Amino acid sequence: MALPNKVAGELKAVKDPEVEEREVDILIVGGGMAACGTAFEIKKWLSDDQTVLLCDKAAMERSGAVAQGLSAINTYIGENTPDDYVRMVRNDLMGLVREDLIFDLGCHVDDSVHLFEEWGLPIWKKTDDGKNLDGKKGLKVGTLKGGAKPVRTGKWQIMINGESYKRIVAEAAKKALGEDNIIERCFIVELLLDANVENQVAGAVGFSLRENKVYIIKAKTVMIACGGAVNIYQPRSVGEGKGRAWYPVWNAGSTYYMGAKVGAELSMMENRFTPARFKDGYGPVGAWFLLFKAKTLNGLGENFAASPAAKAELERYAPYGTAAITPTCLRNHLMLFEMKEGRGPIIMDTVTALAELGKTMDKKELKHLEAEAWEDFLDMTCGQANLWCATNTEPEKKNSEVMPTEPYLLGSHSGCCGFWCSGPNYDWVPDSYKWGDGDKVYNRMTTVKGLFTAGDGVGCSGHKFSSGSHAEGRIVAKEMVKYVRDHADFKPAISQSKDELVDLVYKPVRLFLENKDYTTDLTFNPAYVKPAGMALRLMKATHEYGAGTATYYMTTSKNLEIIMDMLQVMKEDTEKLAAGDLHELMRAWEITHRIWTVESHLRHIQFRKETRYPGFYYQADYPGQDDQNWFCFVNSKYDPKAGAWDVFKKDYVKIIP
Amino acid sequence: MPSFVINEKCDGCKGGDKTACMYICPNDLMVLDVNAMKAYNQEPDQCWECFSCVKICPTQAIEVRGYSDFVPLGSSIMPMMGTEDVMWTCKFRNGLVKRFKFPIRTTPEGEANAYSDLKGKDLDSYLLSTQEADGYTIPKPQETA
Repeated sequence: MALPNKVAGELKAVKDPEVEEREVDILIVGGGMAACGTAFEIKKWLSDDQTVLLCDKAAMERSGAVAQGLSAINTYIGENTPDDYVRMVRNDLMGLVREDLIFDLGCHVDDSVHLFEEWGLPIWKKTDDGKNLDGKKGLKVGTLKGGAKPVRTGKWQIMINGESYKRIVAEAAKKALGEDNIIERCFIVELLLDANVENQVAGAVGFSLRENKVYIIKAKTVMIACGGAVNIYQPRSVGEGKGRAWYPVWNAGSTYYMGAKVGAELSMMENRFTPARFKDGYGPVGAWFLLFKAKTLNGLGENFAASPAAKAELERYAPYGTAAITPTCLRNHLMLFEMKEGRGPIIMDTVTALAELGKTMDKKELKHLEAEAWEDFLDMTCGQANLWCATNTEPEKKNSEVMPTEPYLLGSHSGCCGFWCSGPNYDWVPDSYKWGDGDKVYNRMTTVKGLFTAGDGVGCSGHKFSSGSHAEGRIVAKEMVKYVRDHADFKPAISQSKDELVDLVYKPVRLFLENKDYTTDLTFNPAYVKPAGMALRLMKATHEYGAGTATYYMTTSKNLEIIMDMLQVMKEDTEKLAAGDLHELMRAWEITHRIWTVESHLRHIQFRKETRYPGFYYQADYPGQDDQNWFCFVNSKYDPKAGAWDVFKKDYVKIIP
Repeated sequence: MPSFVINEKCDGCKGGDKTACMYICPNDLMVLDVNAMKAYNQEPDQCWECFSCVKICPTQAIEVRGYSDFVPLGSSIMPMMGTEDVMWTCKFRNGLVKRFKFPIRTTPEGEANAYSDLKGKDLDSYLLSTQEADGYTIPKPQETA
């Protein structure tokens, strides 16, 4: 006998949720590294009568991209200069970046790293005789702030024991902000514009994942820092493994959706990231290249990246391709070239690398080296360690495959999509890069008044990583306090009624409850579609038409035309999303956020008539770079009143020689 | 499958003020069936295998079985959290066992300095609060193009 049908999930949704209305000066949306930076910094500048609230979709202790941990901090300036940091980021992102934002980040990021160490994050140190000290031992030679040398694995990265990285950073953030000013498991889904002041943010609306409650929050200024976008393209594993995304699977593009929807200008949304990682497990390769000095081989056992053919290919993308460090997209490009030519798969030669390192090491050091290789996975991609165990892979005895993943959208790693944000008000920053309100400039403010972002949300300035996102969140904290001070008389007003907002947020629940009894199965009903089904529809479309892995990241003008039509239909169908429980309501909103995010991504690809990032995507009708016509940013703006998109060029200004 | 809950070991965190795995899961996957007082992963194909639930479970009732798409059966990796270290036991399919101990933090839990008494002075400068307190000078580009 069949079991009775029941809605999956334990927290059933009801038609009429409770409503909690709040009014604060500052609203922080998100709880990851950037939001933790803001949370740490903001009360240092707020006066006692000013108020702040942070809403996190999850629990700050393990939310965001660093939830699982990290084995390195990828941005620490240290003995380098912010000028060189700009040059590195610029080259990796094929010349088009906001140098003001990157330089500014470079001036502040180390202060956050010094705090992490003080809070208890173990940072590896180099001794005078060249040995590595990890954990507490690292403190024996002093702190980074006190001048001790980190263990570099490249010019910018430093090694850490980072399993509890996020717990440590969140602990300081929560203490600094105060538990009373934090709502966890609160998913903010839409921003609200002010009823009276044109193009001014006035708050946000969301719901609780633990009780039937809608939050309507008025605020003078809002920061959105909800990470990038994941599970927007069909992942290489489509069963249980859908969750094994490289970037956190819970990043739903909420940052981009919420800002774009109220008219904030996006920039470089065509830029995506398809990292080459250990196949299937998506374990990090950075330490293998940089710390263990491993090489990748093609299926014939050749070091293809050093071949004359590879060198010739890179020269086509000069000056970026011929720089000392090959840009990430071009490294992918070379890999894809081998695979397409029938010389795959790509293999990370861990065996040779560890044997080479072992030649100069004693037994104890060798054992430590092996542990370091495993820690690299266990600190940040536990599943990859399990994959090695399941396939009997000991890296000193058996090599592993490397493969570029499905595409991701983000602004803090080796990618730079996000919002067009004001830079700092320094005399060396061009006027076209700074704005605010009246004669005031607000650093990192989007083109919507009072709306700020950080981390993955700030466009044209990749390579911030965890530390840079934290520092950027701190920069934003101060700017938001300035904004509140300068707008003391502003009283946010929302044009929608309470009922309208509840209906907006709980629409999928109401649709479900109204129609669920029509069919014998709660999932299949002609009146609605469940979020899980919509998610698959989006991923199939992007996979096939939008330069997914199905076509080796290739698309064409015709393919883009087709998928843009499909996305319009998907957006119409999101009106018919149904949710029976609070978890499913979250999924309903997430898929809506993802569809809009993908739409902006593909609009930008459609507009940029060149292939700026070979290895990340190819526009087959416009192969190669066209510096003459396209050495500029591509920006876009959704007009919330007209419901129409505008995509346009924006001038790039070179600041650092 | 990703994380799974062992029937016999899970007590639904009764006696606690919240269900640990449900509190921590970054993707809202772990839920408590209040009738059975047992937790379960409600959407295994959205599990990142981040091990947050495994690490926080007070009864060690949660483990991870690799994604069936590509992970052969027979292996396991299990963390044991301490206050300063995490101890990992990694069992291979062929029976090999490796154990690793890695540091996780150098200060006692709860002791992170939030600088709660620090108040910034100049809101109009671009110095962060601790930079201002340290007397840091913000660099300028060495030269501009």
